[in-house]
Order: sequence, then structure tokens, then C-alpha cells
Amino acid sequence: MVIDLDKCTGCASCMVACYSENNVSFRDEESIKLLSINWIQVYKITNGKPFPDTEVCYLPQPCMQCDGKDFGHPPCVSVCPAVATDFDTPTGIVSQIPVRCFGCRYCMAACPYHARKFNWWDPVWPADMERYLSPDVSPRMRGVIEKCTFCYHRFQRARQQAYYKGDAENIKEADYQTACTQACPSGAITFGDMDNPDHAVYTLKKSRYAFRLLERLGTQPSVYYLSTRKWVHRACDNYLEHEEPAAFAGKSA
Amino acid sequence: MTTSAFPEGVKRCSSGKFILWLLPAFLVLLIAAYAMFRVWFYGLNQTNMNDAYGFAIWIWADLAVIALGGGAFFSGFLAYLVGVKKVKNIINFAVVLGVVCYTSALILLGLDVGQPLRGWFIFWHANIHSMLTEVAFCLTIYLGVLIVEFIPVILENPKIQKIRFFHHLSHNMHEIMAVFAATGVFLSFFHQGSLGGVPGVLYGRPFAFREGLFIWPWTFFLFTWSAAAVGPLFTATMCRLTEFITQKKLVKDDVYELLAKISGWMLLTYIIAKSLDTIYWATVTAPARGFAFMDFYSNNPAYYGVWILIAEIVICGFLPALILITQKGRENKKLLFGAAILAIIGLCINRWVMVLQVLAAPLKPFQEEWFVYSPAWTEVITTIMPIAYGIVLISIAYRYLPLFPQEKELNP
Repeated sequence: MVIDLDKCTGCASCMVACYSENNVSFRDEESIKLLSINWIQVYKITNGKPFPDTEVCYLPQPCMQCDGKDFGHPPCVSVCPAVATDFDTPTGIVSQIPVRCFGCRYCMAACPYHARKFNWWDPVWPADMERYLSPDVSPRMRGVIEKCTFCYHRFQRARQQAYYKGDAENIKEADYQTACTQACPSGAITFGDMDNPDHAVYTLKKSRYAFRLLERLGTQPSVYYLSTRKWVHRACDNYLEHEEPAAFAGKSA
Repeated sequence: MTTSAFPEGVKRCSSGKFILWLLPAFLVLLIAAYAMFRVWFYGLNQTNMNDAYGFAIWIWADLAVIALGGGAFFSGFLAYLVGVKKVKNIINFAVVLGVVCYTSALILLGLDVGQPLRGWFIFWHANIHSMLTEVAFCLTIYLGVLIVEFIPVILENPKIQKIRFFHHLSHNMHEIMAVFAATGVFLSFFHQGSLGGVPGVLYGRPFAFREGLFIWPWTFFLFTWSAAAVGPLFTATMCRLTEFITQKKLVKDDVYELLAKISGWMLLTYIIAKSLDTIYWATVTAPARGFAFMDFYSNNPAYYGVWILIAEIVICGFLPALILITQKGRENKKLLFGAAILAIIGLCINRWVMVLQVLAAPLKPFQEEWFVYSPAWTEVITTIMPIAYGIVLISIAYRYLPLFPQEKELNP
């Protein structure tokens, strides 16, 4: 996934689409965000300068689907004591198995992105809404972790269709898109196979202005961000005083 | 002739006084039981934990009591494997303390998980790469070993000794206790280490992450070493507290001094290793990830800043170690136990830092503020619970079991 931060308007359509697609539960009281469940969260960040030099950037953050150390050891996967989360080597997607999870929250402590959410309460939807829940995604129970799966059920569907068409290995870009990608009105989110030259993300991730969130931790995220603004790059990773983001090293953009 | 329920030749207070003494502890246990019911029945929303603070005060208490309970394994190691005879005068007490600490730890862990009824998944669907799996296995088996070590102590009760079968069973169990002590040392080495590995392997958390040897981060070895160093000091301090409460001398001073000497040298070597680890982390590990040393000690809303590190390493590390390695320091009991208390506080600070400060430290530069959490009453009372439970179990054990072989001689 590649997210162009210079295009994102912060409308949060991606969040709404995700709630709907993945049966993400919510409560009446949602003011304490650290108790909210969301598989993608839009952060508002600023350059910290006073008006009129203030600049704002909106940063949608799903699970980074980290490849982790040595491709296959994301920070959250190896710590799970009950194999309730796993790394899918063909797709690079980090899975979460709610019925296996017993809620120790070690993965939550291991994830530097706070992408993993705990079900502090029983999931409850207003009576009418229950009829609109997606049949493709199981709702999660109280006491377990959940997180973004890059709409894995859509991948399964696309793979099944490709199989019936007789070309199981070749899933076309348009056949598998996440809900957040499709909902983004400004086209800020692009989704596809990073290793497939026919997919847009293959080219986008090679942009000079592409970077990954907290990349220096060595988590190898599968989500890339694009921004031409230096302060945005600086706000998305940690640098010592004398260091510069790679895209701007030796320049004062 | 009827046999007294008390150990032979010792005096105990009246039943009324004993019950009165236990009442406050029972009250705490009752409130804690209600809190546990709420957490198990209504879920973890009864606590103040959140998605940033997934580990909270329970886990700190867990790590702290396990480390302090390490006195049992290390005293057992000294008494049964190294053959330090003097330690046998305190080993029964160390075992009881160990049982208190480890059962408390397991109860707190059972309370902490979101789906307690699935707790067995950790054994059934075990992920052998997870430090927590290693902790669960070693902790559970070691508690079993501790109980096996505790059984012959229970069987020493005069009433039970009258039953021929139990009399022989206790004798035979004493004979093979070295085997269990060795098993306990092996298991304890691993789970103390694995608990250190729990934060140490978190490479997404630069405050906790440490390089190491093969699969084990340095914290693996530091946790084991610190538990072995401070555990016996905790045993000695609790023994002294029991002496103060009962107004009796229970253990000869040379036992305390021996434990203090061994612990002092271990504490000194530990704190030197810990300092080297901190220097390497501050100058190599953290900067490689874009963090300056003071990033982790600035703007902390808990106000302790870098003082928490100074308190842990200097005031509660080097200072007590230097007191305990000197003969004058050990001979002066106020200095000895003052140093022991400092070392215990230092160990608790270390576990606090490695669990709670890890989660509080901000990682994303655009989220500059530290995460703040204050425990709910349900968490506070269940964290205090091990103390009340310890008071009850130790009081009952002291009253009815021969915990201190020197008591009769010291209180003619």
C-alpha cells in the first residue's frame, strides 16, 4: 500500500469504509481514543509553526503489515505465545486469529504503531445495524486483539475468482482492493502487489519521496507514504539533531 | 496425651490474638476477591488500561514478585547444591515466600488476560519463539516444584507427623529434595531470564530493546542475575520483619550476614553489568534508531526524568552493594537491612522501568506526549493482594510449621 500524504484531505472516509467492511464495533462514548477500535486511524499532524506558516498533514495509518526482521518476523508475530497472529509469506499480510487469541496483549506492547486494538468491551451494534454486518468477516469478542488485515477476505475472494478463471497465480490489481483504498475520494491510497511491475504501487514506492513510518526501527512496513514536504518526513521517524531524512539529505527543501 | 498443633518447643500466641491479627489481611483479600470477580465477569474494562498501556501495574507487580520470590530458588541452590549449611536455617521460610510470590504471580496473570478461560492456549498452541511461552511453561512447572518443596514442610506439623505414612513421606521427600532444588534452579533461571526477554526482544520499542547473545537479549541475563542477587535479600528482610512482629529471634545473625555477603557481591557484579548495558544502549542501540539518550528521560509527566535511572543504578544499586560487601556494613544490622531494602526498591524500579516506562515513552515524533495511565481501584487492590495473602500464608505457616530450625535454641 502507498499513501500519498500530499493528497489526503483527512476526510476519514477510509475509516468509515473500514468500520463498515470489517464489522468494527464502536460505543456511544468514543472520546477516549485509546479505548476506540479502528483498523485505520487518521492522524492530524502539523509543522508546529505559528500562523501564517502553519501547515497541516493528515496521515491515515492502518496496520503496517510489517515484513519484520529477515522477512517474516514482524515485531508482533514472534511474541504471540499462542500463535494467534501469523505472517503470510506469499502476501506479506500479518493475520490475526481472534478465536485463538486469549488477550495477553503482548503483541500490542510489541507494535510501535499502536495498530493493534483490544476489545475492552463486548461488541455491540445498534439493533438495525446488526442486519448490515458483513457476512465475510467474523465480529470479534470481548477480551481479544483485532487489527487491519488488508481486507484479507477480499483477497480470498479474488484468489477464488482467479482460480475459477484458471489463472490462480495472477490476481489482477483491480480484483483485489482494500475498502479504504476504494473509499478514498482523493485517490490518496493506492493498493496492489509491491513486487508486481504491472501494479501502480511497484512504481510509486520507488519515488524519491517515498518513506515508511518509523522505518529506522527495522520493522520493514509494507505501507509506504509519499510527501514532498521535508517536515512530514521528519515527523514520521526519529532523527538525531544532525540527521536528515534520506530524501532530503544535503538539501534544505 | 494430646499433641500440640504447634512445632515442638516453641511458643505461639492465643487463637484470639492470631485471628485478630489476620482480620485486616482477610478484609483486603475480600475486597480483592470482589475486584477479581468484577474483572473476570465484566472484563478488563473494569481497569484503567488502554491500547497504549496494554501492560499495566499488574504486570509490574508480577515481574517484581517473581524476582523477589527468586530468593527461594537461589537459597535452594545454595543450600542443596552448593552445600552451604547455614542457609538451611532459612530455606523453609524462603520456600513459603516463594510459594506466596509465585501463586500471586499466576493469579495476577490469570486476571490480566482478556480471555482467562482460554489461558490453556498458551500450552496447547504454544509458540516456541515467544518469551511469554517460555515464561508460562517454566513458571507453572516451577510453582509445581515449589509446592513439592513445600509439602515436606507442611508434613513437619506435629499433628501430621503422628500419622505414620506422612511421617515417612516427609522423611523420604527431604532425602530427594536436592533433585527438586536442582530442577527449581534450572527452571527459575529460564523463567527469570524469559521475563527479562519479554521487554528485551521488543525491537519496535527502542527503550526496551537490547542486543544479546544468540536469541537472548542482555535483559535475559540481567533479570536472572538481579533476581538471584536480590531474592535472598528479600527473604532475609521478610524474615527480619517476622522477627520484629513476633518479637522473637528466629535466625542467627551469621545466616543474615552470609546471605548479605553473597547477595552483595552478586548485586555489585549485576549493577556493573547493568551499567555497561545501559551505556551501550544509550550510545549505540538507541541512537541507531534515531533516539538520543535524554529523549527517554525528558518531558515525562510523571516528573521522575533521569532520576529514575540514577535511583535504580546508584542509590539502589551501587550503594547497597558497597554496603553489603563490607564486613562492617554487614555487622551493623541497621545498615545491612537498610541496604537490603534499597536493593529491593532498586529491583522493583528496574521492573517498573522495563514494563511501564517502555509503554509510556512516545515513539512517533508527531505524538510527542508520553502516554499516561493511573490504575483503577480494581487494579490497586489486586496488586496489594499478594501482600495480604502473604501475611495470611506466612502467619499460618509460622504458627503451625517448623519454619525456623534455630527458633527453639534462640528462644529457650
